[in-house]
Amino acid sequence: MIRRAWIPVLYIVFLMLPLYWLLMMSFKTNQEILSTFSLWPREFTLQNYITILSDSSWYSGYINSMIYVVMNTVISLSVALPAAYAFSRYRFLGDKHLFFWLLTNRMAPPAVFVLPFFQLYSAFGLIDTHIAVALAHCLFNVPLAVWILEGFMSSVPREIDETAYIDGYSFPRFFTKIFTPLIAPGIGVAAFFCFMFSWVELLIARTLTVTDAKPISAIMTRTVSASGLDWGVLAAAGMLTVIPGALVIYFVRNHIAKGFALGRV
Amino acid sequence: MKSWNNKAWFLVLPVLLLVAFSAIIPLMTVVNYSVQDSFGSNEFYWVGLEWFQEVLSSERFHNALMRNLLFSAIILLIEIPLGIAVALAMPRRGWGVSVCLVLMALPLLIPWNVVGTIWQVFARVDIGLLGYSLTQLGFDYNYTQDTLDAWITLIVMDVWHWTSLVVLLSYSGLVSIPPAYYQAARIDGASRWAVFRYIQLPKMRRVLVIAVLLRFMDSFMIYTEPFVVTGGGPGNATTFLSIDLVQMAIGQFDLGPAAAMSLIYFLIILLVSWVFYTVMTQQDADAESGRGHS
Amino acid sequence: MDLSWMAWTTPTAIFFAVILCLVLSMWVWELISPGGQPRRGILRFETTRGDRLFVTLLGSAFINLAWLALVGPNLWWALAVCGLFGVLVFVFV
Repeated sequence: MIRRAWIPVLYIVFLMLPLYWLLMMSFKTNQEILSTFSLWPREFTLQNYITILSDSSWYSGYINSMIYVVMNTVISLSVALPAAYAFSRYRFLGDKHLFFWLLTNRMAPPAVFVLPFFQLYSAFGLIDTHIAVALAHCLFNVPLAVWILEGFMSSVPREIDETAYIDGYSFPRFFTKIFTPLIAPGIGVAAFFCFMFSWVELLIARTLTVTDAKPISAIMTRTVSASGLDWGVLAAAGMLTVIPGALVIYFVRNHIAKGFALGRV
Repeated sequence: MKSWNNKAWFLVLPVLLLVAFSAIIPLMTVVNYSVQDSFGSNEFYWVGLEWFQEVLSSERFHNALMRNLLFSAIILLIEIPLGIAVALAMPRRGWGVSVCLVLMALPLLIPWNVVGTIWQVFARVDIGLLGYSLTQLGFDYNYTQDTLDAWITLIVMDVWHWTSLVVLLSYSGLVSIPPAYYQAARIDGASRWAVFRYIQLPKMRRVLVIAVLLRFMDSFMIYTEPFVVTGGGPGNATTFLSIDLVQMAIGQFDLGPAAAMSLIYFLIILLVSWVFYTVMTQQDADAESGRGHS
Repeated sequence: MDLSWMAWTTPTAIFFAVILCLVLSMWVWELISPGGQPRRGILRFETTRGDRLFVTLLGSAFINLAWLALVGPNLWWALAVCGLFGVLVFVFV
């Protein structure tokens, strides 16, 4: 096993190099980035981060992203939990086709939906609100959450349900008191994935927002194209978008592999 | 066996309504747009199937489709073997596991346009580590000018971004193999290759199907990363289907052709995901009947 | 609520109505004879009626597209081919 350890090490080095470069750039002054080529900052500066954290047009982007990501995660999970239970425990008319239809929404290219989404949310007067983005992201997050939770729920033996019903538990009580704790890792993983896909998506979020709910990633693109090339600030902004992801990975690290397999191993 | 219970529909109802709102209404709208021409914002004229004919015979669509298929094929050929190789060599227990998992999952959690920005910066000839080093080593590398360089940059970026998904999936398949299998193989004196071919690969088949199809579909609808890095250029060299579509719908506001193209694009995706779903559920069914026999 | 942005036309409305009717008829059929007649046809995996309907519809979409690309804009013949295809799917798949 030790002999082959160089493969993951090499792979991780490959993964880290661009990130290292971004991190170093965020600590450099713009002048240094453009004038000299150096592997680490000669004049270490935090100015780029200060620029972002003191300007509300920058940091409000992070707040906006956070708001709709959290809203989306809560909505997705609360509707996906009962549905996943139904899919994992019962057969019902059209169940397989329904599941497949949900799946197609995860597979559909967001570009296809961009145009009608704009019209749809305009008609409801929801453009530039957080809830619009949260609802739109449900399109691919709800199917994913159902899919993952179904996998985790199916690995819980059915006898547990039956025993609980015999013991006189009602369905809501059984679901909240017994079942939910059993699949807690699954819920964590599903929440992680909802967070992740809502956090990384840009196309729909950008289309549905103008100013008030604009996500950080959209603010970044605008800044790049408009105000020219303030590379240091750009790098710092990018670095700040990496941090929330790194934090949530850390919390679900023990279940992440199973989650990626959608609970089906 | 699962029991029949049509009341389960009530549990599914919230999901159904929510997703129907975000999926069926827009889809219907796209169908409506695809058979009409629009002037201004709300005036529509019936044109029948003209747009479909136009899109189907347009060079632009064919090229974007071909580019996209080529891109997806290259991505799969690189990422799947690489992902399996990394997963096989990963430690199975100890502190190394957590470190590997967290570090490898990191690229997956970066917003897609930031991934684009990272690589745009990283590959720049003047200020990027990769671009600068390559130029210093004497390579004539410039991804904004040269088609091949642009393609290589995008492919390396996608490998960077998504191979971890294949690694994590393969890894989760590998750790589910009971140690007894390996002990049996050692007693039989099986070679390293035999262990891989007859123990590890069959166990990974299930998750690999998921990996291949997720990677195919996500690379088939890739938009943000190439849009940020190359903007579809140089020329049209990296204009994939989604980039072309968004350009048409938002940039030029050609609702009709964009809608027709959306539908054709969607049908292709629908076909592929149906095959995916069938293969996967069939595997489940086979596994269940297989368990019954043994 | 203003729905003019959806730009409905009679033909597309009929199109969706037909699909809805097909799905509803599947439901009625299921009520009359439950179980969905699962079997393994020439594609060598288990299909039910619903699957066969889906294969028919998806196949029809591609037949129409191919007709449009290769033959011409007159899709009535393509629809006839789709009808035939549908019958074949329901018998053999």
